[in-house]
Amino acid sequence: MTKVPVQFTLNGSEKAEFIDSGTTLLNALRDKIGDTSPKGGCHQGTCGACSVIIDGELRLSCLTLAETCNGATITTTSGLAEGGVLHPLQRAFLDTFATQCGFCTPGMIMAAKVLLDHTPNPSREDVVEALSGNICRCTGYEPIIQAVLSAARANSQNAA
Amino acid sequence: MALALQTFATVKDANAALKSAGTRYLGGGTLVVRAANEGDVSVSSPVRSTDPALSAIEVGGGKVRIGASVTMAEIARHPELGPLAKAARAVGGPAIRNMATVGGNLFAPAPYGDFAVALLALDAAVGTDNGEMPIETFLVGRDDSRAIVTSVSFTKPDNFRFLKVSRVKPKGVSVLSIAVVLEQAGDGTVSSARIALGCMADRPMRAKAAEKALLGRTLDPDGIAPALAAASEGTAPITDPIASAWYRAEVLPVHLGRLLLG
Repeated sequence: MTKVPVQFTLNGSEKAEFIDSGTTLLNALRDKIGDTSPKGGCHQGTCGACSVIIDGELRLSCLTLAETCNGATITTTSGLAEGGVLHPLQRAFLDTFATQCGFCTPGMIMAAKVLLDHTPNPSREDVVEALSGNICRCTGYEPIIQAVLSAARANSQNAA
Repeated sequence: MALALQTFATVKDANAALKSAGTRYLGGGTLVVRAANEGDVSVSSPVRSTDPALSAIEVGGGKVRIGASVTMAEIARHPELGPLAKAARAVGGPAIRNMATVGGNLFAPAPYGDFAVALLALDAAVGTDNGEMPIETFLVGRDDSRAIVTSVSFTKPDNFRFLKVSRVKPKGVSVLSIAVVLEQAGDGTVSSARIALGCMADRPMRAKAAEKALLGRTLDPDGIAPALAAASEGTAPITDPIASAWYRAEVLPVHLGRLLLG
């Protein structure tokens, strides 16, 4: 199998690896780089558990070939906490019990982060739309929606 | 399944590479990588092109040209493609829309391919390096098509309507989708109609009997009744976990009626 070099910025640090050509970004992140925050759910683009942010846009790492990400800036949920302090979204997910089994949580947080990066004060409809590609089988979604709205409120209070 | 990705700067070189066995063109990955993840061993070497012309949107003189690599998200947010935004937003969730391309949507089997339904109603021309062909011709032969789709072009419509019916809101797989482009005479009667249906066959199809039945009629319940009665003519809806063929055929006239009266 052909090995190809890939190089990208992951959560602020430079990463360079040789991977098998055709490796998905999900497998490269989890198996080569050791970032297990993106989860492999359906591998079909249906569940959203593998969501990551590539160059500011929400993408599905299970359907993205790693070698197409050369030079990209990638953010995953494992890069959100700073110096042991949780990101406001992570804090809000804990506070509102928006996590049960936790498998969908990193994908949900990625989708929510992209939303709040572009729309700091989203409506409930905005949140529902932003999370529409992410499936959760535990919570019934309501606590997750509340978590995102609560993180948005916390952000706007900090900014004020 | 390991894949050997080949990347080319030009469509011409990528087309040449696609002559080899085991190759398939890779757009946003939502069809090809998905197939590979599911164990489809017919693809061993995806081919892609980074040609910037594939990513361009040109709007001018009442005409629109969209490069095949343009994503649903780019269409949805383009200021001059307002009427098409609804059809682009009907595809997938936010992450899928950031990846799924116009060119790929032309190949998406039912129940996917909602944007191709819109393009069929728009009577778009599908471009390859060999020139352009009508989308209707393209869809008939798409399973054997090897030339890379480079663009879709169409005339900007005055009266474009789109509806996707799904069971889960706001994002769900299609029960069916309908796109309509209408022209009306001064007295309000329909002078031209193109109606495209999704999920009513294995690929997007025109409802030509309904189109004909709409000509010269007004858009009121009595006026559209013959068109609704003819809506299912020639359809062969799919049965899948979303809906049965019977159900799709039953609800098609209801939704077409709502779209025409709306």
